[in-house]
Amino acid sequence: MTMAEWALLVLLGALSLASALGLLLSRNAVYAALFLVLNFSVGAVIYLLFNAPFLAVTQVAVYAGAIMVLFVFVIMLLGAERLAPAENPPGLAYQRPLAIILAVALLAVAAWALLSGAQIEPSPSVAPRPDSSPQAMGMWLFGPYLLPLQVVALLLLAAMVGALVLSRKS
Amino acid sequence: MDATSFVTFLSAALFVIGALGVLLRRSALLIFMSVELMLNAANLAFVTFAHRWGQLDGQVTVFFIMTIAAAEVAVGLALIVTIFRTKRSTSVDELAQLRG
Amino acid sequence: MMINSTDVVAVLPFISVALGSVGLLIADLLIPAERRHVTAWLAAALLLTAAVIALSLLGSPTFEAFGGMVISDPTAFFLDTLICTIGLVTILLTLRYNQVRGILRGEFYILLALSISGMTLVTHANNLLILLLGIELLSIPLYVLCGIARPRLESEESALKYFLTGAFASGFLVYGIALTYGASGTLSLQTAPAAPNVSGDPLLLIGIGLILVGLGFKVAAVPFHLWAPDTYEGAPTTVTAFMATATKVAGFAALLRVLHGGLPGMESTWQPLVAIIAAATMIVGNLAALAQQNLKRMLAYSSIAHAGYALVGVAAHDTTSVVFYLTGYAFTTLAAFAVITAIGSSEGEEMQFLEAYSGLGRQKPLLGAVLAIAMFSLIGIPPTVGFIGKYFVFQAAVAKGLVWLAVLGVLTSAMAAYYYLRVVMVAFIREGSAAAPLPTPSAPRNLAAAISVAAVFVLGVVPALLLSMIGNGMLSTTP
Repeated sequence: MTMAEWALLVLLGALSLASALGLLLSRNAVYAALFLVLNFSVGAVIYLLFNAPFLAVTQVAVYAGAIMVLFVFVIMLLGAERLAPAENPPGLAYQRPLAIILAVALLAVAAWALLSGAQIEPSPSVAPRPDSSPQAMGMWLFGPYLLPLQVVALLLLAAMVGALVLSRKS
Repeated sequence: MDATSFVTFLSAALFVIGALGVLLRRSALLIFMSVELMLNAANLAFVTFAHRWGQLDGQVTVFFIMTIAAAEVAVGLALIVTIFRTKRSTSVDELAQLRG
Repeated sequence: MMINSTDVVAVLPFISVALGSVGLLIADLLIPAERRHVTAWLAAALLLTAAVIALSLLGSPTFEAFGGMVISDPTAFFLDTLICTIGLVTILLTLRYNQVRGILRGEFYILLALSISGMTLVTHANNLLILLLGIELLSIPLYVLCGIARPRLESEESALKYFLTGAFASGFLVYGIALTYGASGTLSLQTAPAAPNVSGDPLLLIGIGLILVGLGFKVAAVPFHLWAPDTYEGAPTTVTAFMATATKVAGFAALLRVLHGGLPGMESTWQPLVAIIAAATMIVGNLAALAQQNLKRMLAYSSIAHAGYALVGVAAHDTTSVVFYLTGYAFTTLAAFAVITAIGSSEGEEMQFLEAYSGLGRQKPLLGAVLAIAMFSLIGIPPTVGFIGKYFVFQAAVAKGLVWLAVLGVLTSAMAAYYYLRVVMVAFIREGSAAAPLPTPSAPRNLAAAISVAAVFVLGVVPALLLSMIGNGMLSTTP
């Protein structure tokens, strides 16, 4: 990687972390959704750096586009953008210590991994760059991954039937 | 540190932030968005690892995870809208009917 | 890729249920709204067909298909048969219950069939992606089924809680799969840790840990069980019956595929972890069940406790004992839920509290007897299947040197006897209140109860019948 690419990657990493923290701390649901859109878009650029152009486009179209638009739409529809300040909820008090333990444990693991010099090797040998064009992806989806493709088709059908059952007037 | 490790740690951080969001946020919508962040962290890891191993498998998997996320969003948002219609709130703390 | 006949046969139960549910969706359009029970009977016929297909494939040898993504062994086909049978019994229970409770949607049965198709995929998963997709396909229709009694608030809340927890669990599962892939460069369960210098990789260990957390949520193992009581209590009773049995079986099928079918040579890594979770699940599940006055909620905690006993067999690396235990548990629980749906199918507000059962044994001796038999089998009293099931898992634990786990299992079973027997006492000894409405009769429900009770006794007396069907369990194809 060149110096310029590294600089870009570090910048993207910082943006990604900042937008995730924005989601975690935001007091307004619309802001939170927009932070998430930013996070997804930054992810798409990282995909481009890692030889995944098709996924980058899908990420922007499906995630940042369709899914997040749906979120914003629902927030607006329900008028739920203002979030109540966080108090200690009575029944879910166990979650706060759990969250702190989780955060500390993961920080510890990360620190240990960095300090022990654990490197995730680029690959055992110099990894070849596979063809990741939309055409190649299509060949994979309808080749070795034919069964999973059929299963997600069924999954989408189930989701569609489910959404209709939940929203149709009885 | 090389680029692969850098992005792996980034994805781990995003995953933890997402999990913290699920545990700390009280609005069903915000909890759900945090879950999306967790899935996105996994996608980032998959793309990086696909690059590491020089394979397309990881990338194809991301494609499937995006579909799973879409299916979950369809059902999840329908549920949230339905429950809001009944009780006009999206806070999980007001799910007090069932407790004991 | 060309699909050949081997591929089709390998997942034939899945294909038949999946295609059948699509057909059902179209058929439901043509059935007039007041004849919804036709959809139910069509779904029952579909599940019966799938169960027979899976049963007839039991004798086939172990083979992989779809480029190694799925595996077919006798255990997988047996679990398919079991899951389809549970679905069938659930439909029999549902017919009258849905009518009385006003859940008149044909989609109920379509979603049930779609969920079952996901389960029959999980049992064959030889690849982490297939495992993930199967679990999602079984979960998403279930989220909706929990909320299908809308606009009843408790049903909607149950669905939202189940959904949020399920999505959270999926997050863990997906991230765990990502890390496992990162460490090994493959999604196949057979080869993942077999690559050189991989089995000790921290990336792999964290990945497997996260996968276990995700699956722990699905089978409601402690400490990932907190969603279960609320969800079970609020969902329509027949959906609860289905979740407590079929979903539990499918969740364990996933665990078995990952731990017993895959990850060769890593037993020493996961065994202590699973043993501790099993112990915690048995203790917490039984302790919490002691305090419950609501029978549905009590059975939710009971299902958590029984997940603990099944986990004992998982920790002991004895697939056959786990599958046997789950089979026995499923039929016993279905028998108990047959009684609860009967009481729930009476006019007026649904009765779930223990009070509603007082005098049941005198007014309705047969219904009372079914309830008593179910409780005896849940305790593990011979000659019911509950006894043999517990015997097998504890024996497996002792054989693996996990004596403490077996002792703990026996102790918690003794403790559990208290709350199960209390139900029998209320039903048979206490006077019935005249106000309690009598359940509406239903022939399909009686048939479901008869099937379940027969299974409880037959499997309890001749366990060899089942053992020969389960086969030698999930063995790694790599020697």
